[in-house]
Amino acid sequence: MTGFFQLYVFILAGFVGFLVISRVPHLLHTPLMAATNAISGISLVGSIVLAGGQYGKLPTILGAIAVACAMTNVVGGFIITDRMLTMFKRRDDKPSSPADGAS
Amino acid sequence: MTAAESTAGNVQEIISQVTYLAASVLFMLGLRSLTKPDEARRGMQLAALGMLLAIIGTMLHREILTYTWIVTGLIVGTVVGYPLGKFVPMTAMPQRIAFSHMFGALAATLVGIGEFYHMYQGEQPSNPSASDARFKMAALGFEVLFGALTVSGSFMAFGKLQEFITGKPITFKGQNVLNGLLFLAAVGCFGWLVVEPNNVLAFYAMVGISFAIGFMLVLPIGGADMPVVVSLLNSYAGLAASATGFAIGNNVLIIAGALDGASGFILSIVMSKAMNRSFSNVLFGAFGSAGSAV
Repeated sequence: MTGFFQLYVFILAGFVGFLVISRVPHLLHTPLMAATNAISGISLVGSIVLAGGQYGKLPTILGAIAVACAMTNVVGGFIITDRMLTMFKRRDDKPSSPADGAS
Repeated sequence: MTAAESTAGNVQEIISQVTYLAASVLFMLGLRSLTKPDEARRGMQLAALGMLLAIIGTMLHREILTYTWIVTGLIVGTVVGYPLGKFVPMTAMPQRIAFSHMFGALAATLVGIGEFYHMYQGEQPSNPSASDARFKMAALGFEVLFGALTVSGSFMAFGKLQEFITGKPITFKGQNVLNGLLFLAAVGCFGWLVVEPNNVLAFYAMVGISFAIGFMLVLPIGGADMPVVVSLLNSYAGLAASATGFAIGNNVLIIAGALDGASGFILSIVMSKAMNRSFSNVLFGAFGSAGSAV
């Protein structure tokens, strides 16, 4: 039964994600990509559980590496999003520039 | 366990769940604000706060017994991640994001392998009952499948954007057949695992094949399509995280992963429309582009 409950949560959250993103302006594509990249670092939660639980030697080592990797993703992702958005602020007075780093 | 201890444990569990709930709400609000130019910055801060709460909530779990490795990992990750975020030039943004995906997906894959090892191979295998094991294996299967192909796919995307590897699409004869076979093999291993969850060979074969699929998927895609690919890989990384949530029964992982999976997917569709590229080309790699590649 827990499995079905989890599926409900998954589908509802996925639907929210769909609705929220479907009308994003072109200008924000790259920052949004960077921000969702940082959010995908949520696998940090799973890594912490593996690194901190007493699952034996190898899982703990794998967990510690996973924590480091996921944390790199989270920290780097949020800092870069912040930098990108700060850059937009400065360009606000020149609305002619599309300011899209990706394309 | 005495009554007092179990009450304390319950309180801890409730605090942890409330923290998760708050984190999930913050992720949704943050994502919404990120789609509005004047609120984007605040949205990012909300999402970052959500992440912090999710970390705190996890630290409060009862299963967490040692903090040494967690703290070591967190410090190493911060030390590596800070310069990656701070000093990479803005022009190198898509490859930076691809590089970052590689780390996130690697974490999900390692967690999947660690969980599997704990279930059947460790010093004290937990050997769950058959029906539990099937469900958990289905979740772990999705996790390592998406995780591993995101790792190698992101690596390829990074290499192409950084021009370690030629930015031109690479196609060869029989590519479609090879990709199809790899895909069938991965699905086959997955099915095998659901039937027989303690099959060590099938599990590691699936991890290996997924790595190969990641390489093969990005190989035939040209540099111009790469931002769309990166966004799509983002979606896969989210799905891997969500699958982790199913495997370890953690709702914040499921929610954040699903948000990320759905938003990454829709963002890559929106992006390919804005850039006038064919989305199905990117999604199916060689299947769509083998004929039209220049």
